Amino acid sequence: MDALILARMQFAANITFHILFPTISIALGWVLLFFRLRWLKTRHADPTLARGWLDAYRFWTKVFALSFALGVVSGITMSFQFGTNWPGFMEKAGSIAGPLLAYEVLTAFFLEAGFLGIMLFGHGKVSETVHLLSSFFVAFGTTLSAFWILALNSWMQTPAGHEVIAGEFVVKSWLGVIFNPSFPYRFSHMLLASALTCAFLLIGLSAWQLLCGVGQRSAPRVLRFGLTLAAVLIPIQIFVGDAHGLNTLEHQPAKIAAMEGVWETERGAPLLLFAIPDATERKNHFEIAIPNLASLILTHHADGEIKGLNDFPNAHPPPLPMFFAFRIMVGMGMLMLATSWLGWFLYRRAQWQPDRLPRKLLWLFAGMTFSGWVATVAGWYVTEIGRQPFIVYGLLRTADVVSQHPPAMIGLTLTLYILLYIALMLAYVAVLKYMAEKPEEVLAMEAAERAATPAGAATSPVIQGGH
Amino acid sequence: MNWMSFDAALPVIFMALMGVSMLVYVISDGYDLGVGMLMHRATPDEKDVMIASIGPFWDANETWLVLGVGILLVAFPKAHGMVLGELYLPVALMLIGLTLRGVAFDFRVKAKDTHKATWDKLFFAGSTLASASQGWMLGRYVSGFGTGWNYPVFAAAIAVALPMAYVLMGATWLVMKTEGELQQRAVDWACIAWAPMVAGLVLISMATPWVTATVRDRWFTLPEIIALLAIPLMTGLTLVAVRGLLGTRAVRGPLCWLPFVLLIVVFVLGFLGLAYSIYPYVVLDRLTIWQAASKPEALKVILVGVCISVPAIAGYTIFSYRVFRGKTGELKYA
Repeated sequence: MDALILARMQFAANITFHILFPTISIALGWVLLFFRLRWLKTRHADPTLARGWLDAYRFWTKVFALSFALGVVSGITMSFQFGTNWPGFMEKAGSIAGPLLAYEVLTAFFLEAGFLGIMLFGHGKVSETVHLLSSFFVAFGTTLSAFWILALNSWMQTPAGHEVIAGEFVVKSWLGVIFNPSFPYRFSHMLLASALTCAFLLIGLSAWQLLCGVGQRSAPRVLRFGLTLAAVLIPIQIFVGDAHGLNTLEHQPAKIAAMEGVWETERGAPLLLFAIPDATERKNHFEIAIPNLASLILTHHADGEIKGLNDFPNAHPPPLPMFFAFRIMVGMGMLMLATSWLGWFLYRRAQWQPDRLPRKLLWLFAGMTFSGWVATVAGWYVTEIGRQPFIVYGLLRTADVVSQHPPAMIGLTLTLYILLYIALMLAYVAVLKYMAEKPEEVLAMEAAERAATPAGAATSPVIQGGH
Repeated sequence: MNWMSFDAALPVIFMALMGVSMLVYVISDGYDLGVGMLMHRATPDEKDVMIASIGPFWDANETWLVLGVGILLVAFPKAHGMVLGELYLPVALMLIGLTLRGVAFDFRVKAKDTHKATWDKLFFAGSTLASASQGWMLGRYVSGFGTGWNYPVFAAAIAVALPMAYVLMGATWLVMKTEGELQQRAVDWACIAWAPMVAGLVLISMATPWVTATVRDRWFTLPEIIALLAIPLMTGLTLVAVRGLLGTRAVRGPLCWLPFVLLIVVFVLGFLGLAYSIYPYVVLDRLTIWQAASKPEALKVILVGVCISVPAIAGYTIFSYRVFRGKTGELKYA
């Protein structure tokens, strides 16, 4: 294999592994803040209820800490791989990518990492207000981080606000660069994806706890919260996704053509439910089509025009992975819609009593625990593979910015990274399962750790706060 | 070079920023990694306290590496490509080490008891791998990525010496943050690590001018050498003071913070020496900071962000250290 494909695989492996964890932590930070506020609000009026919110907060804080740590370590790897894999990108687009990445580190990365310590371990050492503020800064930092990164990614998809001087990108208007045509769509699509991924994680792990008969104080209401969140957000996500599609058709028609397996430009294009796009023969095999539906969905007119791949010689992405990744994302979205709506109505009919729910439904919830990951990764594959063969759409080709390391060296490190990532992902899922099954033990571990601390060591000074 | 122009001064400002980020990283993650490398010497109970002492900080400490490398990437893209290209394999190994260390830290408190020992081993292994890789990279970097038999030997020597320096940092951090038996053991560990660290430092100070002519000319010329002697002299005195303190009773009482602080002074002095050796190159003998720098327009935009955010970062970092000041108690998520 050549250096280009290896470099792409290595970057793809890293970025795929990385996105799994921010996708959870961006939304979970806000969810934790909500749990904490619920606890504060109910702790005097209804101690039993409050205890449940506190349990939920403490349990999910551990999930957050773990996800955050995995996000940090894989994010550090990425900051190195920009330069090791795509040195030409920073040389040509550094005036745009540089400041955006720098602002991400300076305003967001430090903010979340700086306050995480206080959020995780500071309770009792700072006042309730300072602790709440720290939790807020962590949640805000993760969202701000997404803002900068998606601004850069969207600029690479739909570049604007710049001019090209002597082959290098120079900023004309920062507002134009940041709020480029696809940014509002991609940013909201990603934030909703994060919220849905988090919601199904809440639903799935709570259902698993109920199936195992543990976590009675918190699991029923976390399940309710997760189902409500998912049921409300998934229709919004479908709407935003549709708008994002229209935007892509306008700015990146080759990406749409690859997603839909359209070879020749046509009016009234059919929606392909199934097909195997063949890039060598330049046609589809085994098509199952619904007439006019693709045009209707994409242009909102039954005979709207969709440009075909043949209009973009040597400048379109490979249709096969695009076609399937897009259908996996949409299919998962529909499954999420069905599960959350069905689940919410059945749970309400059961008057929010989980023991009245059919066990099969709980199994369905548990099976959907990581559905958000599947949809998010599939969606990112659509958008990232869909930008190829360009790194800056239409302007700069990926092949022109790749580094020329010996393929053997890239192959060796790629193998090491992949092995490490698979092991860590399995460990992450296994530890979540273990924690979900033994919530009492996990919460009691704190007490055990306190007891294990040598005598005389447990004398942390407490800042005198307002509590 | 027109020294009056702000555009020409920008690369100097960013080189300084990058240097300071790397220095803060080496000091702050240095003690984390040092504690990690001491893990295998501790009892299970002590391990919990050791981990607790770095728990609230390690995330933020690692962020300084991202900032340092980020500045290299955005302010000196040509150097970033060259440096990370030369260091491709050790960078990958360091990242794998840092990944293992970071996740082991979080997994160990949440995993089954039977798996805890495995995560502790990975924590130790990750810390060691990351530290040794960093030492190797430092060695390659200060010698300008030279080729010849002596260069790898030099890099290998630093790959041993830097982890020793981190271990000493970690041990003195524990002297400051713990009490009782563990504190006594930390003093013993510091004493063990002191001699190899000093030997490494002396070796490196002698070997650097030997392997690179640029550094040799920079240091061994009159009259500069007279002023420059202050750096090695002060470093030597400080290190002797650290060793002396470790033998006293006060180090386990009111002066428990002093060895750690003195070691920071050693790192700062070493950093100044290094900066003097290399400036104005960003890659020794190959690329000056002006040749490698990004466009002034981009640097100005970043500088605005730096001026606003770095004081804020300093502020909440100090706040966090104040919150968790004093002896380490329990590590409690809540």
